[in-house]
Amino acid sequence: MNLIIKNGHIVDPSHEIDSQGDIVIENGKIKELVLRPSTLSPQPSAFKIIDATGLYVLPGLVDMHCHLREPGFSHKETIRTGTRAGLRGGFTTLCCMPNTEPVNDNETVTEFILRKAYAEGACYVYPVGAITKGQRGEELAEMGKMYAAGCIAFSDDGRPVMNSLIMRRALEYSKAFHVPIISHAEDINLSEGGVMNEGAVSLRLGLRGIPKEAEEIMIARDIMLARLTGGRLHIAHVSTKGSVELIRRAKQEGINITAETCPHYFTLTEEAVDNYNTNAKVNPPLRTERDLEAIIEGLKDSTIDVIATDHAPHHRDEKLQEFDRAPSGISGLETCLSLSLRLVHEGYFTMKDLVSKLSFNPARILGISKGTLKQGMPADIVIVDINKEFKVKPEEFISLGKNTPFDGWTLKGMVVMTICKGELHEYGNREKQAPQY
Amino acid sequence: MKDLLGIRELKKEEIEEILKTASAFKDVLRRDIKKVPTLRGKTVVNLFFEPSTRTRTSFELAEKRMSMDVLNFSVPASSVVKGESLLDTIKTIESYEIDFMVIRHSSSGVPNLIAAHTKASVINAGDGINEHPTQALLDAFTIIEKKERIEGLEIAIVGDILHSRVARSNIYCLTKLGARIRLIGPPTLIPAEFISHEPVKVFYRMEEGLKDVDVIMMLRLQMERQGKGFFPTVGEYFKIWGLTKERLGLARPDAIVMHPGPMNRGIEIASDVADGPQSVILDQVTNGIAIRMAVMYLLKGGEA
Repeated sequence: MNLIIKNGHIVDPSHEIDSQGDIVIENGKIKELVLRPSTLSPQPSAFKIIDATGLYVLPGLVDMHCHLREPGFSHKETIRTGTRAGLRGGFTTLCCMPNTEPVNDNETVTEFILRKAYAEGACYVYPVGAITKGQRGEELAEMGKMYAAGCIAFSDDGRPVMNSLIMRRALEYSKAFHVPIISHAEDINLSEGGVMNEGAVSLRLGLRGIPKEAEEIMIARDIMLARLTGGRLHIAHVSTKGSVELIRRAKQEGINITAETCPHYFTLTEEAVDNYNTNAKVNPPLRTERDLEAIIEGLKDSTIDVIATDHAPHHRDEKLQEFDRAPSGISGLETCLSLSLRLVHEGYFTMKDLVSKLSFNPARILGISKGTLKQGMPADIVIVDINKEFKVKPEEFISLGKNTPFDGWTLKGMVVMTICKGELHEYGNREKQAPQY
Repeated sequence: MKDLLGIRELKKEEIEEILKTASAFKDVLRRDIKKVPTLRGKTVVNLFFEPSTRTRTSFELAEKRMSMDVLNFSVPASSVVKGESLLDTIKTIESYEIDFMVIRHSSSGVPNLIAAHTKASVINAGDGINEHPTQALLDAFTIIEKKERIEGLEIAIVGDILHSRVARSNIYCLTKLGARIRLIGPPTLIPAEFISHEPVKVFYRMEEGLKDVDVIMMLRLQMERQGKGFFPTVGEYFKIWGLTKERLGLARPDAIVMHPGPMNRGIEIASDVADGPQSVILDQVTNGIAIRMAVMYLLKGGEA
């Protein structure tokens, strides 16, 4: 693929670029970045020209936390559909969590995912392996073999490692491979039976609550274990004010810790659960206005390094159930960037900060050479019209998971084009019928 | 109004209208022939996904008194155990051209989910730990019958508030009608959000909470809570939170004692109190039929 993207606003935090310019792509790789006031020298006419005037040109986004559901749950999502949903959301790299069936707790499953991603995936896929066998929290899985097979981090996501000794060992053992341990922080004894945030709304709806402390207690424990071991700790889906404060203090102390949050935690509160809306059922649960503000503050001061989707697609029938029985999760790949752009539109931070949190930071945390427009790198690029509005229509999602609490919302900021693996994917008109895969 | 899902969304006037209508139906129940043709030709299905004898028989009798055709659907005989989804069950039943669905389910919010997917009138007969609206209405009706008013009364609700849909519906109903509520029970069974939540007051000890109340409403203690950390043993529970004759003496001399049933004698209530002159527990049962007739009349028969 030979391509020139002209006159776009290029933002690439990996080498501090925030400027108008052109990008030359040759054979699917970035050949040259020409930043104003320099101008592009004449190029061979075989190059296709894309006029990006008025648009942002960014490194392809990196989602360090999503669920692609294969193997085992292909009625919820497949690698084929999930990677294409990712591209539409601007993601060129997806890291998929291990809670598949069978669990990705051994190199065979890791290899299966990677083979399938190579054959059917439209973007890059990096598997996250399980910390413990069967995600049971009892004994370490073969992290070394999984690392060799291609896992870039380890997590028992969806389940916490309740046993502090096992968590200590995981943080120690993983140091041999320089990979992060991603903590799903939840004290499952304290959260037992809960289906939403504990508070005024759970009282009103008669639903069992999960206190914020169920998350915060485990974050506090994991911070202490990271201090004890010097291991690489990453906290998944931070949802409370107390969690932000704990992580901020740990960072000030110099502990080796990073953290992520998801768009729903800085966009919605527990009120979204009203009328037993199972599409707003998510774990950790949506919290309160106070928490939402603290999450934004944490993103602003870099206490929270990353915005991840926690894309958790489910089948329609699974969400159309009793609230207690419906599975937790939001299909997030196709709304993440737009929801995050609100923070730029409302002046909380700059475009460069946002791009760091959506591409450069997760790539750096995971030690993968993604999230950059450096010369010679594969051209993973997303072109965005940050002012274009569109209406969220779940039935037009490429993802098989139509479960979103943002149904019918008008969002500002849309992916126009994604370039990945030498292919150009255009999404000029979101109103058009979604392509079928 | 199409459905009765809970008391929370009802206005004071709507509650009063139901109570007034129920009073007319109570007169019917005193007649020699207790049946009215009001809802003849209408069909009701009692969908009980959770075991219940009292509420179901009370609804069934009310339905028959209104001359409706009645279908009973309860879990052990149903296809739910065969793995059918809730909404498939509802769609199947709706195909019978049903006018009313009376729902009892162990999950909060299920009547709301069903109401959004059916044209039939949905009546909540108890959902999870959320609401049990007809119980609260019959309790209010009984209080008015005995005390002639609710406004200004001091009403104690005693027991497992945390898991009680009866308590929640009663708190909504009685505060809307102007009562002052005292919640009494172990701190593990009273949600913290209720503390200092005017006009609701929380007491952890009977000796403080029962002083000079007009009404004592006891809740059923579910045995399976024992040993789960809510309280150590039922023996200790009765010793501290059981309603005994001595404790009843703390209330006003004309105070009434209520219980939604079924009672655990010697666990939350002493036998001599349950059977004593201040107990109105059996009146509650009778009034339940009048209330349920009134609710169905107002939902569907109203215009007829």
